[in-house]
Amino acid sequence: MIRTHVLVCGGTGCMSSGSAKIREVLQSEIDKAGLTEEVKVVQTGCFGLCALGPVMIIYPEGTFYSRVTAEDVPEIVEEHLVKGRLVQRLVYNDTGEAKKPEGPVSLNETGFYKKQMRVALRNCGVIDPENIDEYIGRDGYSALEKVLTSMTPDDVIKVIGDSGLRGRGGAGFPTARKWQFAKNSVSDKKYVVCNADEGDPGAFMDRSVLEGDPHAVLEAMAIAGYAIGADEGYVYVRAEYPIAVKRLSIAIGQAREYGLLGKDIFGTGFNFDVSIRLGSGAFVCGEETALLTSIEGNRGEPRPRPPFPAVKGLFGQPTIINNVETLANVAQIINNGAEWFAQMGTEKSKGTKVFALGGKINHTGLVEIPMGTPLRTIIEEIGGGIPNGKKFKAAQTGGPSGGCIPASLIDTPVDYESLQSIGSMMGSGGLIVMDEDNCMVDIAKFFLEFTVDESCGKCTPCRIGTRRMLDILNRIVEGKGEEGDIEKLEALANDIKATALCGLGQTAPNPVLSTIRYFRDEYEAHIREKRCPAGKCKALARFTIDPEKCKGCSACSRKCPVNAISGVIKSPFVIDQDKCIKCGTCLETCKFGAISKK
Amino acid sequence: MKTLAELNEIRERMKTKVSVRENGNTYRVVVGMATCGIAAGARPVMSALLSEVTAQHLEDTVHVSQTGCIGICQYEPVVEIFKGDEKYTYVKMTPEKMKEVVDSHLKNGKPITEYTIGSM
Repeated sequence: MIRTHVLVCGGTGCMSSGSAKIREVLQSEIDKAGLTEEVKVVQTGCFGLCALGPVMIIYPEGTFYSRVTAEDVPEIVEEHLVKGRLVQRLVYNDTGEAKKPEGPVSLNETGFYKKQMRVALRNCGVIDPENIDEYIGRDGYSALEKVLTSMTPDDVIKVIGDSGLRGRGGAGFPTARKWQFAKNSVSDKKYVVCNADEGDPGAFMDRSVLEGDPHAVLEAMAIAGYAIGADEGYVYVRAEYPIAVKRLSIAIGQAREYGLLGKDIFGTGFNFDVSIRLGSGAFVCGEETALLTSIEGNRGEPRPRPPFPAVKGLFGQPTIINNVETLANVAQIINNGAEWFAQMGTEKSKGTKVFALGGKINHTGLVEIPMGTPLRTIIEEIGGGIPNGKKFKAAQTGGPSGGCIPASLIDTPVDYESLQSIGSMMGSGGLIVMDEDNCMVDIAKFFLEFTVDESCGKCTPCRIGTRRMLDILNRIVEGKGEEGDIEKLEALANDIKATALCGLGQTAPNPVLSTIRYFRDEYEAHIREKRCPAGKCKALARFTIDPEKCKGCSACSRKCPVNAISGVIKSPFVIDQDKCIKCGTCLETCKFGAISKK
Repeated sequence: MKTLAELNEIRERMKTKVSVRENGNTYRVVVGMATCGIAAGARPVMSALLSEVTAQHLEDTVHVSQTGCIGICQYEPVVEIFKGDEKYTYVKMTPEKMKEVVDSHLKNGKPITEYTIGSM
């Protein structure tokens, strides 16, 4: 009997901090200790707590070890697996309370997990994604069975509709309505496409679902195929996600072998098969029409809508395109019922949403929360707050298409409508946290640089308009801003939003508009006072030496790469502002705190 | 190609395998495996426990783990069985006694009180 399961995270985060090596050493140590028949090592998908990786959890005790190294493994085997003693120094038991508990705590009691609700990530960090049997053991493919043996396509669409499921890719379009449109389109050939072209910088939830629970996506695609009358599906995933691609390929192979994909599934006469198409990382290919163009083998450029893909999509046939996370909810809605799903979340935003927490936050990682959870809970409780005692300034949702939420609105519930009403958006789920050291003009510039780079160039507003906006922002951060620049930015932004061809261009000005809306004073300080309040914009920074504090040690002048600091030993030194290149080396060098940056 | 029946068979078989990763209504059997326990013969007791649980198909309802020294070294090997608030502490265990306990306590719900610490 296998008495103990050791789950080692094999998500991209933990893999890059060495979890593959850990798994290898673990297995050999277990063999050496003679526990091969008693202890099983399982590689799983992402647990979510990427900041503390590589992570490992040992069942049945449920002990959670974080920041494990290969050198720790022999000790874990000897102490925990052989003798049943905890390796205390590796135990993660931060419950978010001031006083840490003595012993280990269950994962669900930790500050990071206790407010979370895992639906889309249900199997991530629980099953071995490369073993279809483990998925089946967690009720996998029972939804497909139920759909094929006891439901009509209309029943399926009705259940999804009643559940209130909306697209998790960003726009929040009701999933069932999309399916209904495609079902209503009359054609011999229809397609189901899974959009796994996750391009939002900092977002990695779709990647984690594919890596941790690929069968959930395949099962949902087959269900969608049955609902709309399609027999073929494509997963469009970026080639930069090698682990996701590999596990998805394995999953497709296993599902075909079991007859869960292919011809005459369960002997019901229903045919459905899935293949993978690799994207090369163009952001615009996450836009549905560009994605379809790319699958067709052409350069990934969007096309005007209407006709919508549900009417005329892939190869001119009716097609539905659903995001990975949306699909990850489908089988569970079928199994547990529409009411089960609809009781989570808010009136208009049902269910849960996965966010990739990044930026200035203690627990960077992946979290799944019921819709309507206040931003404060995500940042202060689940995310563990801002590092180094800094103050929360703003959070960016929706990445380059979204907007920022300032500290004054931290109690905003996170759902589609609330975020839209404050000028941001749900987006695909990137959540970047900023503290007082972040300059909002610089942030807007960062996201705009991204969209300028990623603009496909097909339509003028996006190709030229966003570049003109970036020119203005560059001027502002270099201290060459002029009166009227803010108004010019706003006018350009509104024109681009109104006239760009696809979602990329229509949303590209959002980060600029929302930072102007909430941090107009920062823009004005840059333009009028030539000052960056956060001290981030290099060109506007000014380094000065406080003559009271300067001991005249000359350490800074010796480190200065452009010899801008001069003076006589044991009397205060001065910085020549014309020569200074604002590299900040002097600030780091001074032991007396005499140099300040303004 | 799998039929629905075969799929369900896999599901049932795998449920017991992955259920160890959930906390259900199960017996938790803890074997003392500190130096004192191992010296007194805890390893054969553990092996007997695991093979008997497998033989009786109890993987679904029995979780086995081990612990360090609980301070009653003279009574080792010690095996504790928990369910809900109930706790039974079996002492001076042998592989043979272990098999009896699996059969009577874990399978049929009848603790063997004469092997517990209260009868020593």
